[in-house]
Amino acid sequence: MKARSLTSLLLLLLCAAFMLSLMAGKVWIWPSSWAADNADGWIFLELRLPRAVLGLCIGAVLGLSGAVMQGYLRNPLADPTVLGVSASAALGGVVAIFLGLNMLPFGLFGSAMLGAGASMLLLLAIARGGGPIGFILGGMVLSTLAGALTAFVISIAPNPFAASEIINWLMGALTDRLMTDVLTALPFMALGGLLLLSTGRALDALTLGENGAKSLGIDLIRLQWIIVLGVGLAVGASVAVSGIVGFVGLIVPHVIRATYGEQPSQILLPSALGGAILTLTADSLLRLFPGPVEVRLGIAMAVLGAPFFLALLLRYRKGAA
Amino acid sequence: MTLSVRDLSFSHAHQPTLQGIDAAFETGKLSVILGPNGAGKSTLLACLAGLLKPDSGTASLGADDIATMPAILRARRIGLLPQGAETHWAITSEALVALGRIPHMRGRGVSAEDNKAIATAMAATATQGFAHRPVTALSGGERARVLMARVLAGEPQWILADEPLANLDPGFQLDILGLLRRQAQDGKGVVAVLHDLHHAVRFADHILLLHEGKLFAQGSVDDVITADNLAQVYGIDARLFTDDDGATQLLIKGKIST
Repeated sequence: MKARSLTSLLLLLLCAAFMLSLMAGKVWIWPSSWAADNADGWIFLELRLPRAVLGLCIGAVLGLSGAVMQGYLRNPLADPTVLGVSASAALGGVVAIFLGLNMLPFGLFGSAMLGAGASMLLLLAIARGGGPIGFILGGMVLSTLAGALTAFVISIAPNPFAASEIINWLMGALTDRLMTDVLTALPFMALGGLLLLSTGRALDALTLGENGAKSLGIDLIRLQWIIVLGVGLAVGASVAVSGIVGFVGLIVPHVIRATYGEQPSQILLPSALGGAILTLTADSLLRLFPGPVEVRLGIAMAVLGAPFFLALLLRYRKGAA
Repeated sequence: MTLSVRDLSFSHAHQPTLQGIDAAFETGKLSVILGPNGAGKSTLLACLAGLLKPDSGTASLGADDIATMPAILRARRIGLLPQGAETHWAITSEALVALGRIPHMRGRGVSAEDNKAIATAMAATATQGFAHRPVTALSGGERARVLMARVLAGEPQWILADEPLANLDPGFQLDILGLLRRQAQDGKGVVAVLHDLHHAVRFADHILLLHEGKLFAQGSVDDVITADNLAQVYGIDARLFTDDDGATQLLIKGKIST
């Protein structure tokens, strides 16, 4: 009962955040002019709507992926980036911009998804049957490698303009995305999200440790595949279309856990809702920020996320002492 | 349906090895696996639980090979209380006990039958009093009983317990042993890895004594727990005597110097 009313509240907040995202900006666009045949109507249809839908989807898959990763690794400090999928997808995107593939339809998206896919296969090969430790170490290796290669590509960029284009993309933002970008990413995010939502019971079983989960009939190898595929598709697609937006996957499950309790299966859907709310709200507020340049969402999230992460660490240290 | 191992061998770099173990366990009995550290007790239990696949030989439940039977069927028939009393999230005792129903809940939500099994398991372990408290806030003794209730909630025919008394005070150890014995008396098969020889002498119906990966002796307490066997396997000087109540007791005098 309690969980149900909390979820209703989250849905309400999500509607509000979505509406805010459609309206807010340097130019406020009220619902009355959404269908208008003028500049306002055009801004709504071509800019605001794709941006809001994208914010909703990205926030949802990041929140959900974070909840799944924390449940799987039984570590509240884990987030989707530990798998190295984000860094690898980013590398794919950077290579695409470097080679000018982003001028082709789906060039950047395809290249980033290739990066994500390659990292998923490598991760499965590295971590095969090794349990969470192999998983974390494999993800760390991939993240570091992809990060180094990304830096390398930036360093050999032919001119400052190319380098700054790459860096700008990397920083993560929802600006200037077309509806076709959004529609390209959507199926991947939806499929990944569904895979991740199906892990609830297995994550619950892992509360008893790996042997406990296995003795309950949970196939941990299969679970590992589902998580790699789910995070790979969902987070890979989100990076491909908007660059790296960090911390959503780390922060949101904590806030949800504080209200819903800690059972892993119970926080999956709420974390998706919470991620969407956080991302939409943050992105809307950024647009209202005074000044000619908009702060990138990825940067804003990191600025918001770092103190949160620190507070979290201090709380756990206190709990451990 | 009996649980048995035939000519079972297992060797792995990170695990004590087992060689040619032959044994059978019966329902209605509390069987205890004994042996010094590294003798392969937990490895044997893991093979029985289907966590490890033997290199050769088989562990079987009735006619089914445990290593190859469908995991979900195995999970319904064999409940495992793993070593270490792991609980990772601050979920309520009741939610933890409910995890025991997972093998029965494939593709559906909680049924009335599930709730009944959960309530019965919590009543049997006297854990209803803290049903709504987070497991992380319980004492070691309380948590051990909740984890036991989790196994009982799955209504398995076999209960395997890997060092269920570790880190418990004597009173709590007796609580858990009492619970295991009651399950055996109710007709279930119980196999427990224990360290404490005194408890084994008092509670076991059947004992397997492992030594360096081999089955050293197997049988009733009187057959297996002899001064001679304990000297050879543990290197201890132990006396067995009958106390005033007519029960067999063990007294460990000391280590045999070699």
